[in-house]
Amino acid sequence: MRANTWAGRNKVEVRDVPDPKILNNRDAIVRITSTAICGSDLHLVNGYVPTMQDGDVMGHEFMGEVIEVGSGIDPGRLRVGDRVVVPFPIACGACAACAAELYSCCENSNPNAGIAEKMFGHPVAGIFGYSHLTGGFAGGQAQYARVPFADVGPLKIESDLSDEQVLFLSDILPTGYMGAEMCDIQPSDVVAVWGAGPVGQFAMDSARVLGAAKVIAIDKEPYRLEMAEQAGHTPVNFDEVDVRSTLLELTGGRGPDKCIDAVGLEATHGSAHIAAYDHLKQAVRSETDRPHALRQAILSCRSGGVVSVIGVYGGLLDKFPAGAWMNRSLTLRTGQCHVQRYMKPLLQRIERGEIDPTRIITHTLPLDDAEHGFDIFKNKQDNCEKVVLKP
Amino acid sequence: MTGAIAGTTAIDGLAAVQASRRKDIGLMPALRGAHKGGSMELTATTTIRKPASEVYAFWRDLENLPRFMTHLEEVRATGERTSHWTAGAPFGKNVGWDAEILEEVPGERIAWRSTGNADVPNAGNVRLQPAPDGVGTEIHVVLVYDIPGGTIGKAVARYFGEEPHQQLDDDLRRLKQVLETGEVVRSDGAPWGKRARKEFPQRPAQPLSDDELAKGADA
Repeated sequence: MRANTWAGRNKVEVRDVPDPKILNNRDAIVRITSTAICGSDLHLVNGYVPTMQDGDVMGHEFMGEVIEVGSGIDPGRLRVGDRVVVPFPIACGACAACAAELYSCCENSNPNAGIAEKMFGHPVAGIFGYSHLTGGFAGGQAQYARVPFADVGPLKIESDLSDEQVLFLSDILPTGYMGAEMCDIQPSDVVAVWGAGPVGQFAMDSARVLGAAKVIAIDKEPYRLEMAEQAGHTPVNFDEVDVRSTLLELTGGRGPDKCIDAVGLEATHGSAHIAAYDHLKQAVRSETDRPHALRQAILSCRSGGVVSVIGVYGGLLDKFPAGAWMNRSLTLRTGQCHVQRYMKPLLQRIERGEIDPTRIITHTLPLDDAEHGFDIFKNKQDNCEKVVLKP
Repeated sequence: MTGAIAGTTAIDGLAAVQASRRKDIGLMPALRGAHKGGSMELTATTTIRKPASEVYAFWRDLENLPRFMTHLEEVRATGERTSHWTAGAPFGKNVGWDAEILEEVPGERIAWRSTGNADVPNAGNVRLQPAPDGVGTEIHVVLVYDIPGGTIGKAVARYFGEEPHQQLDDDLRRLKQVLETGEVVRSDGAPWGKRARKEFPQRPAQPLSDDELAKGADA
């Protein structure tokens, strides 16, 4: 089959690889009809996530048709011919983490748990196409994928919604939604979202759906801010204005009640010297993450507010404003999304027309053009917000 | 042999005291000079979301141990409390020993030791206790090996490497997978279940070819 693979830092390559096979009884094989490039794939390509290997099949946002199931799959749960969206965290459904609906912390789905444990203190779940630290599972930017624990994760789509309407249930819509949910939004809340990429856009839409009074989008790409503005959110361009004073102005001096970091470890910065500082530290590996968005979110949030982190962090960061966090009674909440928890309720919101996930799609390309897709997405060319790939 | 005596003492001590205290073993001096032999104690613990009776029954059927313990090829029951253990490739081929169960308290504890002229004299015990959530079971495992000199000793030392406890930790992770999900979890990067020991570099995270699948773990 054809598959998009990691081919070293800053390089992806669509290659011929073997078709996937059933390895465990509860596996299914899915013929992929739509897949997407995620912002977190850029962290892999840019070389910030360790344990990637040449030839790793990338991609963790995909959906398609079940063409084979293992002997351990209950036909009442999943059968050949089912149309499914596959959540990016692989979860067994049986461990204590899964029982608590903490699916991205599944205790059984990562065969390389020993490695993850060394890095994170305790292991994390397996993830499709997302380094060997999260299991070494082939990803979904391919014609076919093997889906472990297929009786737990995949969401069946039984209505006639298009692929584009449901594909993002695999990751970015639930991730954005969880970012907003963790904010415990009240009707009077002003919610500020750092990053107007795909996850940020969905965090903004979710904050509105959950009842926020005002939603602010912080980015520097005019086309992304325009997209947020068209969806009814208030844009702030950090290349043009001072974020702190603008947020104070927009909130009557209080600061946003809730702040969402939808940027993560490769933040860019309006202040050149701090950006250079973080770039340098990251380049010499004395800091693995460039946490500017997180620092600014913590410093901007009103006292007693919530800072919700859904941007990806991988290791250690410098100059964490612990004083602001502690002295101003901030709550810091975070997590890789527990996608399985949100798929059904969000599917219902899509069906009811409360959220339109298709609004962020700017490019649809054949799988063979994945390299071009990564290129324009990474370099923010051609107003690229979200690339959907068709195998 | 000094090593053999030290090992026997440790094993006797284990059998007598049956204490499974946590001990930071690190890289044992005995292992550094493993060709001269020495004893090594490993401890590990995990929590399994199954009742103690089920975890106990699975372990008490010693023939299940090779499903998750990398260094075992086969365990065969030879009597009520006796068994024959055959080591897997990590310990070298044709390495085996007889073992006897010293103590068994259903749902709580099992202790065993090798008997006769074992290639790698060893002993172990498992202690179970209910987890605070009232659902899961904490399992605490202690294994003691008396590492012999010579070729076998070298193979055993190589297997345990610089982080001997990591092997037992990974064994317990697989035990948890088997009990909670039904089998050992495989990925494309680590497709061989308990035999996927070589951590890095793994094979790439892309599907296996028919040839690779046919050749299996030794490919």
